[in-house]
Amino acid sequence: MKLLVPVKRVVDFNVKVRVKSDQSGVDLANVKMSMNPFDEIAVEEAVRLKEKGKASEVIAVSIGPAQAAETIRTALAMGADRGILVKTEGEVEPLAVAKILKAICDAEKPMLVITGKQAIDDDANQTGQMLAALLGWGQGTFAHSLELSETSAKISREIDGGLQTLDVKLPAVMTTDLRLNEPRYASLPNIMKAKKKPIEEKTPADYGVDAAPRLKVLKVTEPPTRGGGVKVKSVGELLDKLKEAGAI
Amino acid sequence: MASLVIAEHNNQALNDATAKTVTAAAEISKPVHVLVAGENCKSVAEAAAKIAGVEKILLADNALYARMIAEAMETLILSVADKYDAILAPATTNGKNYLPRVAARLDVPQISEIIKVVSPDIFERPIYAGNAIQTVQAPAGKKVITVRATAFKASGDGGSATIETLAAASDPGLSKFDSEALSKSERPELASAKIVISGGRGLGSAENFKLIEKIADRLHAAVGASRAAVDAGYVPNDYQVGQTGKIVAPDLYLAIGISGAIQHLAGMKDSKVIAAINKDAESPIFQIADVGLVADLFQALPEMDQELAKRGY
Repeated sequence: MKLLVPVKRVVDFNVKVRVKSDQSGVDLANVKMSMNPFDEIAVEEAVRLKEKGKASEVIAVSIGPAQAAETIRTALAMGADRGILVKTEGEVEPLAVAKILKAICDAEKPMLVITGKQAIDDDANQTGQMLAALLGWGQGTFAHSLELSETSAKISREIDGGLQTLDVKLPAVMTTDLRLNEPRYASLPNIMKAKKKPIEEKTPADYGVDAAPRLKVLKVTEPPTRGGGVKVKSVGELLDKLKEAGAI
Repeated sequence: MASLVIAEHNNQALNDATAKTVTAAAEISKPVHVLVAGENCKSVAEAAAKIAGVEKILLADNALYARMIAEAMETLILSVADKYDAILAPATTNGKNYLPRVAARLDVPQISEIIKVVSPDIFERPIYAGNAIQTVQAPAGKKVITVRATAFKASGDGGSATIETLAAASDPGLSKFDSEALSKSERPELASAKIVISGGRGLGSAENFKLIEKIADRLHAAVGASRAAVDAGYVPNDYQVGQTGKIVAPDLYLAIGISGAIQHLAGMKDSKVIAAINKDAESPIFQIADVGLVADLFQALPEMDQELAKRGY
């Protein structure tokens, strides 16, 4: 069974982004970029399935600038077999990403697509669901655990009140939540090996997809900041302040 | 034309994120209709009919919608999508699950987690864990939107909408409900509680969360946690407040032993009053807390418990 793992290159989660003074976006110059953390969990899950003999091949796909090849290399170093880089310029919205991924799925015929539930840059939480809808496949979002059989995936999902388990027919799309697994660090030998694994380069036009954004970003601004508060010396004083503020 | 709000509920009670989403919908396109999809959920439809500003309730009462499975919700919403120029759902785990499918099938971009309606086609939404606010304009055509409920006031009572039955759409038959394990709690729900007390890695163990629970019971508060506390296994994931957990904006947020990583702040910084107890005076949480106490939580919490008891809480 083939697995497809879409991975996104995003600002590293430890970086506190700054809004550009002309309000055109956030400043990405000289900022550390990494694989979206949820996508790392997706790669880890796919590689574990391969190690358990449940999957035959793991394909990592990234849609983004030329440097997204590094993100694919990270996935290859973790154990993915080959990569597909769809080169784009500028922002690509989830719907366009889903259309490109659909075309790749039509060609590669994976039984399961595993990707992060959201990217930590645009926080959209859409791509997996949109891809499933375009393919007419079932979905298991916000996955907490997975039991894979030949024809279905039993996916336990993180929902507002707890956990929900679904039986989803294959082929399907699964999006990962935090507790699914803890991604490995690639070892040096595996990083070296990854350099020899193939990455195919494509463009959205190869898949007949118009990747131009549909939403117009008018501006990007700083969120309102909270004024600094007071420090108190004791629990009693803390409760007094809260009482004063009408909070308790 | 009109806007359609998909109700959030558990087949028995209407979640108040629905009335908040109605507020956002009314700013985009009126009249507002509400779709209640579930099983044996007539009482939910009756509650939704009382939301001020709602003209009509569409009630799809069928076993197919008992768990709001995404694929079934998609076909149901698509069956009425023609009649609406905006389709909105609260950004709950349900709304986030089914609504992007609807957007994709309608071939329109979804606008996720709006926090403000600037004009009927211009919206504000947080990006980068709320470290930046993006103002976006939707293209002409249908709008598909999830709403961050904490950013909107609930539309009040006093409505008297008509309830219309909506026939079930075809069953896509792609996923089947297997089981559910919901956290049982007598405390208020995290997303809508007036007071939230959250613990972080500083608590040190699941056992120590009892210190927080005691205070929560005195204040009728919900209990939350940072991702660090969830990752350490002290509490279940549905306690998580933050970028990838729940977004809360209570009247009081009490952060105990939480350092204040940006991902956590993203989930609670719109709270009215923030109070923090942490033994490290340099913790970032103190930069946004209205009231801060530098103290060892293992001394401060029992003391707070006694002090609250003394004051009659």
